[in-house]
Amino acid sequence: MPEPSTTAVRATPTGVIHDIGYQRYEGPRLGRRQVFGALYLHGLRTAFGLGRSAKAKIFPWLVVGIVALVAVALAAVRSQIGEPVATYAQFADAMSWLVIFFVAVVAPELVSRDLRSGVLPLYFSRPLPRSDYALAKLLALVTALWLLLGGPQLLMFLGAAFTTKQGMRGVWNELLDLLPGLLYAGLWAVVFASVGLLVASLTGKRAFAAGGVVAVFLMTTPIVGVLSILPSRAANELAGLASPSTLVQGVGIWSLGDLLVEGDPGEMMIGGFGPVYALAAVLLVAGATALLLARYRKVAS
Amino acid sequence: MTLIATQSLTKTYGGRVTALADLTVAVEPGIIGLVGANGAGKSTLIKILLGLIAPTSGQVSVLGIDPTADPAAVRSRVGYMPEHDCLPPDLSAAELVTHLGRMSGLPRTAARERASEALRHVGLYEERYRPVGGYSTGMKQRVKLAQALVHDPDLLLLDEPTNGLDPAGRDAMLALVHRIGTEFGISVLVCSHLLGEVERICDTLIAIDGGRLLRADNISAMTSATDVLAVEVSEGTEELAARLAELKLPVARDGRLLLVPLADDDTYDLILGAVAELDLPLHRLDQRRHRVAELFATRELTHA
Repeated sequence: MPEPSTTAVRATPTGVIHDIGYQRYEGPRLGRRQVFGALYLHGLRTAFGLGRSAKAKIFPWLVVGIVALVAVALAAVRSQIGEPVATYAQFADAMSWLVIFFVAVVAPELVSRDLRSGVLPLYFSRPLPRSDYALAKLLALVTALWLLLGGPQLLMFLGAAFTTKQGMRGVWNELLDLLPGLLYAGLWAVVFASVGLLVASLTGKRAFAAGGVVAVFLMTTPIVGVLSILPSRAANELAGLASPSTLVQGVGIWSLGDLLVEGDPGEMMIGGFGPVYALAAVLLVAGATALLLARYRKVAS
Repeated sequence: MTLIATQSLTKTYGGRVTALADLTVAVEPGIIGLVGANGAGKSTLIKILLGLIAPTSGQVSVLGIDPTADPAAVRSRVGYMPEHDCLPPDLSAAELVTHLGRMSGLPRTAARERASEALRHVGLYEERYRPVGGYSTGMKQRVKLAQALVHDPDLLLLDEPTNGLDPAGRDAMLALVHRIGTEFGISVLVCSHLLGEVERICDTLIAIDGGRLLRADNISAMTSATDVLAVEVSEGTEELAARLAELKLPVARDGRLLLVPLADDDTYDLILGAVAELDLPLHRLDQRRHRVAELFATRELTHA
């Protein structure tokens, strides 16, 4: 019965206002886990501009649109020529620029806005611990980035699974290709979210935060360029450590091998330093998270 | 039950700046006014009560809970309205208060219901769906109060709720705070640097200065014993003073006024009798309630 309920909803605000006095709340009060979950979901919705103004939706959905379009195009081409144009991991690599811009817009939206408006005392005067606030925001950004890359990967998978000529076996093989791709997308998400959110949490000015995020991710690439043409093989092979993007690619090359580079020697050589890259990535994420937590221990007290 | 109790509470910043010094106070539930000049330590005390900062030394308990040991337990039963601007301009009041209700642990539907209830109680109706950025200062203060009320706390900590409001807005806000304290059954600690403002609505008054307790007492205890009658006659003030002194009334001169402590209703009759006897033109005779401010003024004088 949709009709009575809609009229009831419409009637409530315009109807007569009865002053029934103040009512004490006797219902349940949720614990720390559920509050964390609520803040996390709120952050995830914010990342995609849901529940926010139309203006806030433009950029996230533009990026989502482009990434999805590329994935659909890749799937279409593949079904025509019967050969994968790019592996799932290569797709994630190719989209890294868009991921950077997505972080530059969404990370300030998640944390700088709260710093600017001074709303943090309203959070911190509630039971929720400060660290929960920071971690919920971080987890929300990680999830948003992972969905941004993983969603289109899933589209590619569906395209391939429906056009495979090897039956269930083909689908199974495709799935085995997809899973490392999703993991690799997760690595991108964790590294870029932790660094991006830390940078954004340093300022309440959204433009500065966005600029800072782009600077950290893009300004470090020339360093990689310089190191990789030095006349030292070790320096060349370690050059990728200097920038978050090449760091992630280095871990990918080490762990996924031909799923990422596919026989082609590529521009990037990491030699036997794969574990160094993996360790560096772990340290980077742990360090950025620790600094983020330290930042929120101090801020707005 | 004691609402708030502190024992030798001290807070120093960096060992140099003393925000609170040896503050010992205990108050019962009700409306409590916390007065002091800017920088007297009011905000520091509120932050310690919320467990946001730890005291340097001393004990504190709020609703019987120690906020330094279990801040979450205190905060879930306390609502806090900060002094400064703290509202995101692009959210509507309904969205913001609902979200903060959820942050206090209310389930989704309960948060929405209680948010609109809280906004209704502070006097925001249709406006609650508009972005806060377009609100007047008075409306913003109401939103700040509503978010402190959304999770049905047992104690509200209001830091300068009348800040930036015009006189009518101040009166409305004070009336609202008074209503919360009396009708809603929620205790309120209201902070202000304007004594005249809070003494109108409080049961209890705590005055601090430079982090030290000046006085904490019941408002009625502070004022009952000090009512005086002010007598003004157009001429013959001296004669009247002499006559009243003969009647064993302790008369004090204050410019053209004669001040007589009000013992009971007979005091009126004695004064009126004396004036009639001397056939003096009586200009006025009224009961002057001692403003609490004067109590503090004399106290400070005796200290100095």
